[in-house]
Amino acid sequence: MKFSKFSALAATTALCAPMAYADGHMSNELTLVSWGGAYQSSQHKAYVEPYLAMNPGLKVIWDESSAEAVAKLRAMNEAGNVTWDLVDAVASDSMRLCDEGLAEEIDHDNDLAAAPDGTSASDDFGALLVSDCFVPQIVYSTTFGYRTDLIDKPDSVCAIFDLDKYPGKRSLQKRPIDNMEWALYCDGVAKDDIYDTLSTPEGVDKALAKLDTIKDSVVWWSAGAETPQLLADGEVVMGSTYNGRLFSAIAEQNQPIGMLWDMQSFDLDGWVMPAGLPEDRKARAMDFLKFATDTQRLADQAKYISYGPARASSAPLVGKHAELGIDMAPHMPTDPANAGNVHVYDYEWWADNRDDLDGKFQAWLAK
Amino acid sequence: MALTPVKKQTPTFTASVSAAAGAFAGLFVGTAQGSGLLGIVVGALLMAILGFVSTGLIEKEKIVRAVVLVACGIAGFAIGGLPAGIIGALFGLFFGWFVFWLATGRYRSRLAPYLTSGQVLWHFTFRVICGVIFVFLITPILVVMPLSFNAQDFFTFTPEMLRFEAEGYSLKHYRDFFTSDQWQSALRNSLTIAPMATVLSVGFGTLAAIGLSQPHVPFRRAIMAILISPMIVPLIISAAGMYFFYSRIGLQGTYFGVVLAHAALGIPFVIITVTATLVGFDRSLTRAAANMGADPVTTFFKVQMPLILPGVISGGLFAFITSFDEVVVVLFVGSAGQKTLPWQMFTGLREQISPTILAVATILVVISICLLTTVEMLRRRSERLRGITPT
Repeated sequence: MKFSKFSALAATTALCAPMAYADGHMSNELTLVSWGGAYQSSQHKAYVEPYLAMNPGLKVIWDESSAEAVAKLRAMNEAGNVTWDLVDAVASDSMRLCDEGLAEEIDHDNDLAAAPDGTSASDDFGALLVSDCFVPQIVYSTTFGYRTDLIDKPDSVCAIFDLDKYPGKRSLQKRPIDNMEWALYCDGVAKDDIYDTLSTPEGVDKALAKLDTIKDSVVWWSAGAETPQLLADGEVVMGSTYNGRLFSAIAEQNQPIGMLWDMQSFDLDGWVMPAGLPEDRKARAMDFLKFATDTQRLADQAKYISYGPARASSAPLVGKHAELGIDMAPHMPTDPANAGNVHVYDYEWWADNRDDLDGKFQAWLAK
Repeated sequence: MALTPVKKQTPTFTASVSAAAGAFAGLFVGTAQGSGLLGIVVGALLMAILGFVSTGLIEKEKIVRAVVLVACGIAGFAIGGLPAGIIGALFGLFFGWFVFWLATGRYRSRLAPYLTSGQVLWHFTFRVICGVIFVFLITPILVVMPLSFNAQDFFTFTPEMLRFEAEGYSLKHYRDFFTSDQWQSALRNSLTIAPMATVLSVGFGTLAAIGLSQPHVPFRRAIMAILISPMIVPLIISAAGMYFFYSRIGLQGTYFGVVLAHAALGIPFVIITVTATLVGFDRSLTRAAANMGADPVTTFFKVQMPLILPGVISGGLFAFITSFDEVVVVLFVGSAGQKTLPWQMFTGLREQISPTILAVATILVVISICLLTTVEMLRRRSERLRGITPT
């Protein structure tokens, strides 16, 4: 019964599909899922406002659910009722969604705009196209901010483990990713050996033992807004968070906070399209996706938030902050001055080991 | 009115009770300054001395109280500037009154003369406990209010705010609430969903309560239990169930779906309050009405409804507040197009800790207080009109 109904539906969709494409019929509603806050508003200003100006009848709805994108898409898929058109997700989530068949595969060269000089989209994004379902927008980093008035200027990420020289609480993200790597790095493991070490049970114990030395002084965060709040409060003297959040606290809110770029952990954020959208909605989402990820739009986004555009061709177009008028390039995680010593976070290693290490990390936290 | 003649207390008594109170206050001041233990000792010591001295200076009460007030104010000012000075002065005002209240034996005057010391002690301990509970309930709400006037974008009492300087305060978060599209559309959604859900809950809940109060209805208890279940089942379970059910029948992500879900959550409140008022309802009244030729509908609206109205109104109020405050079910059943105020506050709190949330919370608290006051006044008025003296 269920099957026949489904196949009938599929047949109808298949029949209607060419027609829908042919007359270019596109849905008048577009539901975008993102992270809220300053990041979502940068997307709204850089992509959505110009797109709305080109498409007057369109209604764009924002849903701030990216944090639980995977779980919600699974539930929507199970219930047969996908209400989202485009989802902003981090690279590892996009890989999981793609593997589970919950995300639409994108033909990067045909579906996306080429660079102004004619370079194809796949060359322009280059190595950042980590999954067939993923269209990267930005490169961001998880890095440290510190209170300039409460502690001395730290010059290495290992300051977080140095309670004597930098006394006070520090905030870390409540997950093993990055924290385990920083712990091993500061325990003397060479940068290239971090993932090899972490693949052994002894390596995991070593990382947890290092984290144990500061456990009593750590405030664990789960939302990106927490560390800026804790730093502004003076409740912690240093803490990790997304570099754009720190930029906003420093440049826009004038808080006494400094950036510690050492061993910043790069990650990608981009669009994912749920699989199996009705044709009119899919056509609308594709049209928006092509517009929103072109060279100029990605460069425009950097006017509002200090995340690096994912296209190589956008980098030269990065200008000044839209309201403050300061040069944005030096605040980008990809700026050479900031990227002297970076931690390249290994998506694939984490995709394979995440469940196991999550369990160990949670057990360690509860101890 | 003095029930018991007062008599002067011994210095030892005054000193020891004052010391206990001083230790209690010292615990809080000490903890705020970094050492709770030191605070207890210093507070107890200071208050013991004050209690001891003041027993001998009862004739000069006014002068001693003024001195204590000024001294505490100055001490507070020395520790933490103007705000601490004001708090210190308040402490001084209280403790100045407190020691003389003890020393002169005034505390005994309103109590019955036959009470033992133990009973007197319990009488006041009980009041202190009630006061402490009240403070714990109300402080979190009160703390939020000044923070919503913060000139910064963080949940922080800035030094400017603590110095009571005008530039530390601003109305920008209120302005943000009234001008931001997101907050305004959330407000609009809440204001269209909650009343509709309330109307449905009140209608169905009242009918169910009346039906279930008829003795001849079969399986009354079982039906009652099922109707009340949304209140007992964990919200997340109801929400997940509704999500999958509503998705299959095309109600997920629609305005009507959210209204229905909220109505289901509100119905138990209406049933409970209306059932409670029906207990005191005299059934012979409906028979009398029928005897005089009124049909059941007329009887309901002319006889029964006016009498159970207080229960219906308070049930409706609870249903409204449930819908207005609810975040779990709407996250599942609604889509982004039905984003309500609590949903917006929830995401705001998680993704961007902005005092706009506090401004909204303050507005909601003020509205709730107005709403409850109005209902309470209406209730008293109706009772007065019906000749029942409000208790």
